[in-house]
Amino acid sequence: MKSLEELTKLRDAAIQKVDLRKERKGTRIVVGMATCGIAAGARAVMAALIDEVQKRGLKDVEITQTGCIGVCRLEPLIEVYKEGEDKVTYVDLTDEKARRIVAEHIVNGSIVKEYTIGAYE
Amino acid sequence: MEYYRAHVLVCGGTGCSSSGSATIEEMFKTALAEKGLDKEVQVVRTGCFGLCEAGPICIVYPEGSFYSHVKKEDVDRIVNEHLLKGRIVHDLLYVDKLEAHSDIETSITNVTFYKKQKRVVLKNCGVINPEKIEEYIAFDGYQALGKVLTQMTPEDVVNEVKKSGLRGRGGGGFPTGMKWEFAMKSQGDIKYVACNADEGDPGAFMDRSVLEGDPHAIIEAMAIAAYATGARKGYVYIRAEYPIAVKRLGIAIAQAKEYGLLGTDIFGTGFDFDVEIRLGAGAFVCGEETALIASIEGERGMPRPKPPFPAQKGIFGKPTVINNVETYSVIPQIILKGADWFRSFGTEKSPGTKVFALGGKINNTGLVEIPMGTTLREVIYDIGGGIPNGHEFKAVQTGGPSGGCLTKDHLDTPIDFDTLTALGSMMGSGGMIVVDDTNCMVDFARFFLDFTVDESCGKCVPCREGTKRMLEILEKITSGKGTLEDIDKLESLAHSVKDSALCGLGQTAPNPVLSTLRYFRDEYIAHVTDKKCPAGMCKDLLSVVILDGCIGCTACARVCPVGAISGEVKKQHVIDQTKCIKCGACIPKCPKQVIVKQ
Ligand SMILES: Cc1cc2nc3c(=O)[nH]c(=O)nc-3n(C[C@H](O)[C@H](O)[C@H](O)COP(=O)(O)O)c2cc1C
Ligand code: SF4
Repeated sequence: MKSLEELTKLRDAAIQKVDLRKERKGTRIVVGMATCGIAAGARAVMAALIDEVQKRGLKDVEITQTGCIGVCRLEPLIEVYKEGEDKVTYVDLTDEKARRIVAEHIVNGSIVKEYTIGAYE
Repeated sequence: MEYYRAHVLVCGGTGCSSSGSATIEEMFKTALAEKGLDKEVQVVRTGCFGLCEAGPICIVYPEGSFYSHVKKEDVDRIVNEHLLKGRIVHDLLYVDKLEAHSDIETSITNVTFYKKQKRVVLKNCGVINPEKIEEYIAFDGYQALGKVLTQMTPEDVVNEVKKSGLRGRGGGGFPTGMKWEFAMKSQGDIKYVACNADEGDPGAFMDRSVLEGDPHAIIEAMAIAAYATGARKGYVYIRAEYPIAVKRLGIAIAQAKEYGLLGTDIFGTGFDFDVEIRLGAGAFVCGEETALIASIEGERGMPRPKPPFPAQKGIFGKPTVINNVETYSVIPQIILKGADWFRSFGTEKSPGTKVFALGGKINNTGLVEIPMGTTLREVIYDIGGGIPNGHEFKAVQTGGPSGGCLTKDHLDTPIDFDTLTALGSMMGSGGMIVVDDTNCMVDFARFFLDFTVDESCGKCVPCREGTKRMLEILEKITSGKGTLEDIDKLESLAHSVKDSALCGLGQTAPNPVLSTLRYFRDEYIAHVTDKKCPAGMCKDLLSVVILDGCIGCTACARVCPVGAISGEVKKQHVIDQTKCIKCGACIPKCPKQVIVKQ
């Protein structure tokens, strides 16, 4: 270890691995992963989210799963909780749609209205 | 670096390891691999969570679901339900004995056992993987060392520690900053720092948990102490009976070296520091600092008179800072967050938190960390969950064999160094043994004295002979042969030993006797005058008797090995107390269950 900056860099890289265990702040993406969700392709959505978040090095984002939310016909479905904002529910997702949500909503803060439950119904 | 969406934390502390957590960890790994989840879910083995009673313990993040008593067959369910489908397995969650209304807790932060606690020393225990330096670094590890080396002078460091008011957690409660200042000002080309991880106090295991759960914190703190005092080499004197702690500390030292956090020119500042592990020699007295120094030097671990203090003449005659594991563990946080932050916990004279090992007659045995100044009642009832099986609280022993007992009247005493000493007990290393109405206090004192007699090194007469005589008197009393005079003799002997022994072991050995005499003298008197043990524990003072209701079946008389039972067939039988050897063989034979020990 030759400098404090080096350590700080190392910390910032390592934080990603343990972020889930710190106190909850930032963004939380919940993927419906009950049988209905999995059958509709939630695993691919989950994988895409993980991949995208990791690629972009997003720190305060937590991806987790949950059971059946009750609107099985709209699966795969995710819910996004951002600090200080209302929950947003996206439905009928695919790999590509999930990546777009990460880019537009999580990173840039603008909700992808056309994928939300309100737009679909 | 891989991204995992969930982490399964399996406790790898000694308590959970002995209840099989290593197998559970393996099974999680296998089950996750079978389901193809091993790239998404990470299994991490951590240090002690503190609630050992509920082991093996697993926590699944991000939900923080707290699974207790995890059995082999539970692993598949947790993987299938929780990790695959996202449904928390409610019936396997920890059931909070204290919150009757919400019978099941899903998140670790809501469990009553943790709610009143403040985890400073144990902040990383149960959270990080102690065998991965990256995880320690992720939680700001080694930042304090970096700060000290690049932005602070040794005087700044000493002043910050002094300002924090930190007092040694190894037993004495000596101000750490002052100790460092002495060592800093001592003249010498070579100086040392040492960490006392001998933890010999029976029932205490906080140091073990810190070393098992957060070993890098100790290495970092020792490096900071070395910088402040001018030392370049450190020794960790660790109990050889702690194999997991020894192993993890060894791994941590190797990783720190690999990352250049130990070795030469750390952070490019020209500061060199290295740490070496020394295994304890197995005696309680080796934890006494001068004996520890002798043991590190390769001598027999025997204390020597002080002064000179270790800060003047320590290891190999060189100035040495010796601190306890728990003392070191908070140093990095004091440096990073400041003395005032540390002072925001605890009391004016005893700032910060203290870890206690709760044991004995209590529902939640385990490790608890509380701000100093918390009352005994809160610890025993709110965190510890009270006394099991409907028994009544009688006393609590703090400070192990060197401490004393506190009674019901002291339940609302705020716990800190000075209040405990004033009540004739002491903080010690933080053992807390709860005693209920089925424990005999005379026998309790005898138990601790038995330990100190065994552990006395024999160097000085008051301790070698005095404690032995005290034990003999106690044995005389518990066997019903004591007199009132014996009690007085015991008391005056206890005072002499306390005043004249060479080291802390002998000076504190009489504490359990003196404090039980102070608060439970009536129990001593009952033993000698009425020849009765009020708690019904001292075997020699019990007699086996046949109560009314005997049908004269003669079953008892036939098993009695000494022929002490007589009586006509179909008539009440009696036991001749002069012949009876109290073996109890007759008790289970009685069809009417009227034979009792009382
Ligand atoms: C008999 C005896 C046993 C001791 N055992 C320990 C021990 O196991 N661990 C410990 O840290 N201190 C122990 N001490 C206290 C040490 O002598 C010393 O005061 C302490 O390590 C200093 O560190 P601190 O200022 O951080 O508390 C013991 C003292 C005596 C008299
Ligand atoms: S007090 Fe006991 S342990 Fe300490 S030096 Fe004397 S004999 Fe040894």
